[in-house]
Amino acid sequence: MTRFLLKRIGQAVVVIFFVTVIVFLLLHSVPGGPAHGILGPKASPQAIAEFNREHGFDKSLVQQYWAYLSELFHGDLGESYTLNQSVASLIGQRIPKTLVLTGLSTLVALVVAIPLGVWQARRRKGLADYAVTTVVFVGYATPVFFLALVLVIVFTQKTQLLPPQAPQTQSIGGLFADSRALILPVLAGAIATIAAFSRYMRSAVLDNLAEDYVRTARAKGASERRVVWLHIMRNSLTPIVAMLGYYLPVLFSGALVIESVFNYPGMGLLFWNAAQTSDYPILLGAVLVIALATVIGSLLADIVQALIDPRVRGTIK
Amino acid sequence: MSLSAPVAAEPPPVRVAGSYRRMASLFFANRLAVTGLVILALLLVFCFLGPLLHHTDQTHTNLSAANLSLGTGGHLLGTDDVGHDVLGRLMVGGQTSLEIGVAAGLLATLIGTVWGAISGYAGGWVDALMMRVVDAGIAIPALFLLLVTATILRPTVPVQILIIGCVSWLVPARLVRAEALSLRSRDYVQAMKAMGGSHRRAVFRHIIPNAIGTVVVNATFQVADAILLIAYVSFLGLGVPPPKTDWGGMLSKGISYTYDGYWWLIFPAGVAIVLVVCAFNAIGDGLRDSFEVRLEGR
Repeated sequence: MTRFLLKRIGQAVVVIFFVTVIVFLLLHSVPGGPAHGILGPKASPQAIAEFNREHGFDKSLVQQYWAYLSELFHGDLGESYTLNQSVASLIGQRIPKTLVLTGLSTLVALVVAIPLGVWQARRRKGLADYAVTTVVFVGYATPVFFLALVLVIVFTQKTQLLPPQAPQTQSIGGLFADSRALILPVLAGAIATIAAFSRYMRSAVLDNLAEDYVRTARAKGASERRVVWLHIMRNSLTPIVAMLGYYLPVLFSGALVIESVFNYPGMGLLFWNAAQTSDYPILLGAVLVIALATVIGSLLADIVQALIDPRVRGTIK
Repeated sequence: MSLSAPVAAEPPPVRVAGSYRRMASLFFANRLAVTGLVILALLLVFCFLGPLLHHTDQTHTNLSAANLSLGTGGHLLGTDDVGHDVLGRLMVGGQTSLEIGVAAGLLATLIGTVWGAISGYAGGWVDALMMRVVDAGIAIPALFLLLVTATILRPTVPVQILIIGCVSWLVPARLVRAEALSLRSRDYVQAMKAMGGSHRRAVFRHIIPNAIGTVVVNATFQVADAILLIAYVSFLGLGVPPPKTDWGGMLSKGISYTYDGYWWLIFPAGVAIVLVVCAFNAIGDGLRDSFEVRLEGR
């Protein structure tokens, strides 16, 4: 286990190094560079040269990369061009709200998808399985924004059951205080995830149904209910845990779209607004934070998986 | 080489042709896959031949004919907020979506295949390093990366193809690398190496052709994903610049009119995206099943 841990953590460190290189190079390919962004488009060449010298942007690429890394280690992601605030504090304010949104919709999705996958696997090739498979197939191909718009049309325009906008608030408590307004954004996020995870669960259960331990449990007279919901369910959850770590980028992409449709005050909306105003420090700061979250998320998922299932420790290269 | 090649090549074609025929019959027996193929064919005809029958002006705006409802003034699907015929726009927008999707999907598959084949064939630390680059790429969500690049470069069609191709090659790279890892120790690759064959020959003549099943299946999924990705970018307002449009961009304009009840600005484009993505996924599923059976039969 120690060997596995060391190896896996070492891999994550190398991946994080590559991520910082990619983001740094992107930051560098921004037209005009940071001087242009901070001094404005009308800045004179002298002022730009002065600015570059002052901030070390005239040094070699490698030197600049080291400077960038040391700033990162101090939690410094630069200053926003347009919002007059540091990127770290902006992201710090927004990320909890995005985590509430993605956390809630993933929770809803898992609560639906796991039993659905098990249920489908037990009725494999039956009419119900085909029907659900078709719905999931279409759901999987539906862009989140189209789904969100259909939800808005049905629940706010046609029936006026729910508000069309997410809660507009500064605090986390405010999100829950206006919980009715949370329903549509959470639902839009959940449906897409249900489609993916019920599929994984269905095939995981199908794989496990053919395993020897299932036959043994049945031979020992365990009830079908016990076999399915205790034995198979537990073993089928391992790949789901692993998938969750790797699913983080998809969840964040979903949040970006949902937040822009429902005007939800999270990191996705911050990112989207920054894209409209070409606020590169925010854009690349957010990309870096999400990438780090994904690397750490998949590392944790792999470790959890290795703890649950000893077979995994040997297979991860 | 010129003497031995035809002799050596003689037996395989018979077997290959036979197994491909078997594969084709398996594919066509798969109802879902055939449905996907038919839907795709119809969409292609609609987008690329449709404009020949249904002439519309998709470059000039005509505000006096804006937001007309269905059937008004000869506009079967109504008009949008600047007076473009929605049915005609669906055809033109579909051309952009399909062109970018197919080209970017194929580009991504190409990059990923070569990267994965080299990585798996090389093994050792080269493989470890190349795969960590893939992990780093996977950690950065493509949609975020695309929005960043769309603010740096003007997102014309070739630029979009290039960027989407360059950000979505990671999954095929992983899949092909796994295949290459097992293929490189096969006897025929070893034999070829022993006869003095180059690494390049091993990768391009032996590893990649033998991983072709994985590559082809994944290419169809890549196209589906690329079409979705381009729709997302356009929906978020950073797609191809007007007067060109694509299905995601059409939907993005429709969102402002949700409360006016102009549903024809939202549903036709949305349904078109779902249909085309479903079609490619269904074809991919069918191909995968028939490739698997073909390989089992060997």
